[in-house]
Amino acid sequence: MAHALADDQHGIAGPLRQGPVLEVRDLSVEYVLESGIVRAVDDVSFDLAPGEFLAIVGESGCGKSTLLFGIAQLLSPPAEISGGSVAFNGRDLVQLTDRDLAAVRWKDMSVVMQSAMNALNPVTSVGAQFRDAMRAHGVTSGDEIHRRSVEVLKMVGIDPIHLKSYPHQLSGGMRQRSMIAMAMLFTPELIIMDEPTSALDVVAQRSLMAQIKDLQQEFGFAVIFVTHDMSLVRHFSDRLMVMYAGQVSEVGRTQQLFDHPRHPYTAGLMDAFPSIRGPRVPLTGIPGSPPDLARPPAGCRFAPRCPRCMPRCEADPPPEYQVGDVAVRCFLYDEAGGAR
Amino acid sequence: MTEPLLRVDRMSEHFKIGNAISRRSTLHAVDDMSFTVGEREIVAVAGESGSGKSTVARVLAKIYKPTSGEVYFEGRPLSAIRSRRERLRYSGLVPMVFQDPFSSFNPAFRVSHGVLRALKLHRPELTKDQLFTEAVRVFDAVGLNPGAEVLQRFPHELSGGQRQRVGFAQALAMRPRLILADEPVSMLDVSIRIGLLNLMAQLRDEQGVSILYITHDIASARYVADRLIVMYAGQIAEQGPVEDVLASPLHPYTQLLLSAVPDPRAELNVAAHTDRGEPPRVIDPTPGCRFRFRCPLAIDVCHTQTPQLLPLAPGHDAACHVAQAGATVPARGPTPGTPGQPARETTTPE
Repeated sequence: MAHALADDQHGIAGPLRQGPVLEVRDLSVEYVLESGIVRAVDDVSFDLAPGEFLAIVGESGCGKSTLLFGIAQLLSPPAEISGGSVAFNGRDLVQLTDRDLAAVRWKDMSVVMQSAMNALNPVTSVGAQFRDAMRAHGVTSGDEIHRRSVEVLKMVGIDPIHLKSYPHQLSGGMRQRSMIAMAMLFTPELIIMDEPTSALDVVAQRSLMAQIKDLQQEFGFAVIFVTHDMSLVRHFSDRLMVMYAGQVSEVGRTQQLFDHPRHPYTAGLMDAFPSIRGPRVPLTGIPGSPPDLARPPAGCRFAPRCPRCMPRCEADPPPEYQVGDVAVRCFLYDEAGGAR
Repeated sequence: MTEPLLRVDRMSEHFKIGNAISRRSTLHAVDDMSFTVGEREIVAVAGESGSGKSTVARVLAKIYKPTSGEVYFEGRPLSAIRSRRERLRYSGLVPMVFQDPFSSFNPAFRVSHGVLRALKLHRPELTKDQLFTEAVRVFDAVGLNPGAEVLQRFPHELSGGQRQRVGFAQALAMRPRLILADEPVSMLDVSIRIGLLNLMAQLRDEQGVSILYITHDIASARYVADRLIVMYAGQIAEQGPVEDVLASPLHPYTQLLLSAVPDPRAELNVAAHTDRGEPPRVIDPTPGCRFRFRCPLAIDVCHTQTPQLLPLAPGHDAACHVAQAGATVPARGPTPGTPGQPARETTTPE
């Protein structure tokens, strides 16, 4: 299938396939504004294994979408990558030319945007947009294009009759599904999703999540899923990365983070969701609001809102501590206690 | 029974769509809806987008005139409000808080502008000093401390959560009896939402206002509301005390909705359905239950007769033929609280 073809074309050697599909190292993204430089993503590093489902959660303005754009090389001025690398199957995407990137996009890595509702072209049919994407990657046979278009639409549970439909004729859920179908045209190794369900109702949202998971298990692609709603990914993601003010505050297995949130911010987020089951308990959320990234706090960025803030938190920025297989950026886990 | 604060009686709101060339159709945004809001009560209206929940708020805010039916506030019909003075009085008693705190303030004015204007308009008896004192009081009441200082800020200097508090402060300045809150927290970050929900409960408990809380988030409705109205396709599917509705949902739509709510504290409900969440059709609907196309329990009568909202348990009503067939239905009456037969166990298999 298209999958095997993609590998051959890029000459990706066998051994590499065993390693992580994506290695992000010390990635920083800055917005260069007249008023100064805002570092929206600050030294983020992580690996993504083939077929892994990584969820990135955080509040608005925490840099999660900027991070995604940085990984997919979709940043536009005033945002720019100020340091670090994004190795996708061993090739650093940051260094690639637009031409080389175009070959990788859709084929090996695709992106589903938050407003997939608006990401589709309103004046052409869904089928025509699929055709454009396939032609751009050298598939010219009309039969082949049609066969594959029908196939991917069926995968996401849309009647292929809708290839002839225009986006406005589809419901929000169907538009979102057809975006995902489009992302799967070449069965990429990585699909990056930026809040794909945020415009949907709970029922549609739930059904889409289940479907993404099914497709992922069937075709084995890796997913990076950005959301502000951590309860949404509770049952679907393998690993969870919590971001705050441009930094990773905690990353680990989803189950573990939910069972034992270590960072006070993660714990606060858990306490911010009312439940529809069990006793009705008063919740507090997290008082205050995230810092202005143009003037980040000197110490820990969460310190001003942290219920467990210590004197040193206000003075020094905490490094990431490894606790078991969870990485936490918090002085509470500094075994040495004193100097780093 | 005494007259409730707000009583909506068989209200419908239809919109004509299409133009001269295409066939004219009617969109039934709200159909035949009856409910009440009592004193010091938070009533949540939950439903998916397109269910008509925002239309309800707009009719109550007198932005739309209902196509049919009547709304009674403090026992008086809204259609009887004609003079400018009466209209002003009503909009002061029933103010609205909007969804988007980022676009509902004029960025060129300090936040004091909106509050002081509302105060001048609605409470002309206040002197200049009193106006300011009152503005500070409401700002303090919604947790914007110190009020005197926050009043001098511009909207861009406030966070989303703070701006939404300004929205509530403006409403509170008019000494309201019922606040219409249309998705007041959906644009806010999760860590801030709870604070606003707590504020709504506090306004009810300390200031004695009622709130009609329009939301798509049933978990937040449970957190803050006393009663819950679940809407589907412009009609009430089910209504009742929030804990009753969540503990024993009678309508299959409510059951579907509850199974889809992400709940980090619960195990994944794998049995959940292949329902795709397609929106209902509300353009020129034919008789019959509007949920029948998605309903796993639909029977013949569902395709021909629109189910009525009937009390099936004390204060707990549902519009579902199947649920009603399982219960001994008392005579039709719009009064909630009619002693009904709590014959719930036969309604729907889990």
